Amino acid sequence: MNNAVLSQVLRRPEAGSFLSLVAVALFFVIFGGVNLGTLATTASWVNFAANLGIVAIPMGLLMIAGELDISIGAMIPAGSMSVAILSGHYGLPIWIGMAGALGLGVLVGLVNGLLAVRTTVPTLIITLGTLVAMQGIVLSASVLLTGSASVAVEAPAWAKFLFGHLIGGSYQVIILWWLGMTALFIGILHHSARGNWIFAMGGDKVSARNAGIPTDRMLIGLFILSAVSASFVGMCGAILFNSAQVSGGMNYIFNAVVAVVVGGVLLTGGFGSIGGIFLGTVTFAIVSQGIYFTDIDRNWSSLIIGVMLLLAVLMNNVFRKLALTAPSAKSAKK
Amino acid sequence: MTHPVLELRNVNKSFGPIDVLHDISLKINAGEVLCLLGDNGAGKSTLIKTLAGVHKPTSGEMFMDGKPVLFDKPKDAAEQGIATVHQFGGTFPLMSIGRSFFVGVEPVKKIGPFRIFDRKTANETAVKAVREFGITRIDDGDRLIGGLSGGERQSLAIARAVHFGARVLILDEPTAALGVKQSSHVLRIILEARKRGIAVIFITHQVTHAMAVGDHFAVLIRGAVAANFMRGEKTREEITDLMAGGEALASLDAEVEDYMETHDGHAPQPQPQPKAEPVA
Repeated sequence: MNNAVLSQVLRRPEAGSFLSLVAVALFFVIFGGVNLGTLATTASWVNFAANLGIVAIPMGLLMIAGELDISIGAMIPAGSMSVAILSGHYGLPIWIGMAGALGLGVLVGLVNGLLAVRTTVPTLIITLGTLVAMQGIVLSASVLLTGSASVAVEAPAWAKFLFGHLIGGSYQVIILWWLGMTALFIGILHHSARGNWIFAMGGDKVSARNAGIPTDRMLIGLFILSAVSASFVGMCGAILFNSAQVSGGMNYIFNAVVAVVVGGVLLTGGFGSIGGIFLGTVTFAIVSQGIYFTDIDRNWSSLIIGVMLLLAVLMNNVFRKLALTAPSAKSAKK
Repeated sequence: MTHPVLELRNVNKSFGPIDVLHDISLKINAGEVLCLLGDNGAGKSTLIKTLAGVHKPTSGEMFMDGKPVLFDKPKDAAEQGIATVHQFGGTFPLMSIGRSFFVGVEPVKKIGPFRIFDRKTANETAVKAVREFGITRIDDGDRLIGGLSGGERQSLAIARAVHFGARVLILDEPTAALGVKQSSHVLRIILEARKRGIAVIFITHQVTHAMAVGDHFAVLIRGAVAANFMRGEKTREEITDLMAGGEALASLDAEVEDYMETHDGHAPQPQPQPKAEPVA
């Protein structure tokens, strides 16, 4: 019976990320002398996790569907520059700037998605292309239109309240968006028919299409979701900090991939969970930001992340094998 | 007289200048197993892809229940009740039995404004469907497909096709990758499907498997139907001869020798060599 319960737990894609989180927390407590209570309520890693988490969820969905989108690295500054140029430099109402930022996300997502379904080029390459191209567009447009690579924007109170204020003086409001998005996509991925389609697409795209799933439409939708989410993170940043820069965002690519893979998503598709991505994001954020609250020199954080990534992936592989071979709960009871 | 469920009349298929299927005419009735035999490259795959709507015939006609049909895409064929099960059966190894059973046709229940994937119904239906086919070892719909044996996966895929109303079941080499015991499971399931009045097209190059379940046999050679006969009309040896190229036994022997010689040249496995030498 115990075995059955254990195998049920290990069968879940979140198992590896949960253990990673526990391991990291233990490591910090034992070697870093950190107080867990302080760590748990520290705004810095929560803010970091929220921004990362909003791009990690669509990244994870794409990965489960068997694809990748690295153009998010350019879409984050693109989103913040769009809102800053339209509403800051040109003084248009903030909603036009926001519509511009999100609209640009829809457009780039559409380009990525159409290229992915119309060509046989791997999406890593397609989105590498749009990543570099968008960087060029954002920089050129910014310099051409404003003469600067950094633009200020002043958002009205309602926009600040919704997208860019600090709750209790230190928690970014985007945390609520992240939590909401996590809940929404747990519902979609694990409890709706569409979620099943995403898993099927990652398992075998041809069979999925033959089963009547509109794989092309789903894929384009996922790319749009990814680009819009990245653009949204950029937009919230611009509204919060009252300014936008053309640089930044590249770190998000690798951070999101690490968070998603630590979260138990299979790089080649067909397996993963939103809960796992959430835990992977939290773990990543605690390692990279929480280290400031430990006695450990922060220069070690990248080493910890690297080791954690490898360990988590190895663990996930072991758990996946267990999931395939473990006796089911019902048959174990007999 | 009732019409055959599926009939091909003079179907040709060419890809550019290459003719793959020549003048294929076949009939299959409900509750009948048609064994499609042929060596590699004989056009079996192209034929089943044409039946399944992946390819359109270059010329010729297809009929279902006596009415002409034309499939533009696999979905059209599927809607007419033509289901194909491929060699490895379940294609989503990391999905649960219940989830993969219902890919594309997920059962949902309404909870408030939301339409929720009904995992319980999906699992129960899937397990029940496959158990009705005699695979009683499958009892938990949450198990992952990748954890099933090859025969169980095939059985699940066949049960799935039948559950969703397949009238013509195309089985593409279902036993090719299986051991003896697993194969007999699959053969039993083919018979069960036949009993339910399904027209089964069983593609194989294992004559023993074909003889065990077939009512009607067609041998394909270089894209043409070289022989078309009913159960009991030909012996095992005759069928093997036909598959090897339609030659008589005498010339087959020569062919086997030729094959062994060329095979010796490549000699990928050392095992057959010592056996082959004393015979030669």
